[in-house]
Amino acid sequence: MTIASTNPPEESGANGGGKPGQYYSYGIPYLSIANYPGKLIAIEGTDGVGRSTQITLLREWLEVQGYGVIETGWTRSELMSPTIDLAKASNTLNKLTFVLLYATDFADRLEKEIIPALKAGFIVLSDRYIFTALARAGVRGVDRAWIRNLYGFGIAPHLVFYLRIDEKTLIRRVLQSRGMDYWESGMDLKLGDDIYESFRAYQRALLKEYASMADEFSFRVLDARRKVDVLQDELRRQIAAFLAEPDGPSPLATKAEG
Amino acid sequence: MEGIDGSGKTTQLALLAKWLKAAGHPVFQTEWNSSALVKAATKTGKKKNALTPMTFSLLHATDFADRLLYNIIPPLKAGMIVLADRYTYTAFARDTARGVDRRWVRELYSFAVKPDLAVYFRVPIDTSVDRLMARRVKLKFYEAGLDMGWSAQPLESFRIFQGKVLDEYDRLVDEFGLSVVNAIGSITDQQRVFRRLVSQHLEIEHHDDRIDESA
Repeated sequence: MTIASTNPPEESGANGGGKPGQYYSYGIPYLSIANYPGKLIAIEGTDGVGRSTQITLLREWLEVQGYGVIETGWTRSELMSPTIDLAKASNTLNKLTFVLLYATDFADRLEKEIIPALKAGFIVLSDRYIFTALARAGVRGVDRAWIRNLYGFGIAPHLVFYLRIDEKTLIRRVLQSRGMDYWESGMDLKLGDDIYESFRAYQRALLKEYASMADEFSFRVLDARRKVDVLQDELRRQIAAFLAEPDGPSPLATKAEG
Repeated sequence: MEGIDGSGKTTQLALLAKWLKAAGHPVFQTEWNSSALVKAATKTGKKKNALTPMTFSLLHATDFADRLLYNIIPPLKAGMIVLADRYTYTAFARDTARGVDRRWVRELYSFAVKPDLAVYFRVPIDTSVDRLMARRVKLKFYEAGLDMGWSAQPLESFRIFQGKVLDEYDRLVDEFGLSVVNAIGSITDQQRVFRRLVSQHLEIEHHDDRIDESA
């Protein structure tokens, strides 16, 4: 009765068929994004993979070369942050409103931060991207075609790095850092009263969702159990190769030399 | 119940609810954009005029999802008649008039329950404006479509925006088989038509009951 999807064709939503840098699907009709100079790079992964550390280091490295860099995250928009915090605290969210609040937040950041930055020639480093939403929704049993259509207004990143860790490492890292919370333990899924078991089952399901998306969206998968600097070197190598492509933005350093 | 501002649908809905309750039907009313969940964000967004057509659309979908699960499905399961002052068609008409993709917004709301009856109160834009002016209603920023920048003058903007909304509603009448009530007639005449439409759906139930009793 509730999730009666009309089952629209999957190719009309956010999926691996999206061209890098373009809208996945219907996009935002009133906001044209043709031929902008910026680049969108997403760093995806569960908690505890060190995304923010890697992004800080990448930003430094890119700025030294003269690239303009803007960071964006998940649930940080001015419009929605208070509402999402409030909704989470009061546990009145259900899976549909959960998904829709995050999509609203993303739309706000996309229109007000990401697209203007791309048009102005910035490299946008996104700490998590729509894949986080797709994974969380997938675990909660939200209709796959429906959520992909919902995010059809998004832009397919030029690069998506997926920082992957195994379940055991993930659990230890989260426990060490900030501990389990209600949502990250999937307690809304009522998997059981034991918060640790619920947390483990939830994180395992999340890893599975990410793994299935790695193929669907051609993630560049990196082993995040390695040392911070080793992982950073790998990220830099791949990003440098991408930026060196003919249509990439040229760094100030090369311009000065040339 | 669908229709633009000034179509008189809220008046009609109140009269219908009275009639249903008097006849002993359990009635539950729900209103567009009324959930507590998104109130804060909508208020902030509206106050700062910070909503884009996309975030406007998504916030209303969030409100709808919340009301669907708390205020629409439970009363339906309990056998009540749910009267919705605006439903998904409002989103289809308004969001599309604002430039959101027509297909996308339909797919967005595909989780909704299809209503047993959808009634559209159709008025010409002039009638709507006359009614709102007679009540000295102050046209609100988003309702007047001032966010679109088509005109800085509220009344002119309202005419342009609601004109587009009316065009979208006309498209929806065919696409979704909305029942149209000519909303320029007298309140009593409209209510008569409205009650006749509704009673067609209730009679089927009564008829079934009778069969059950005789069986």
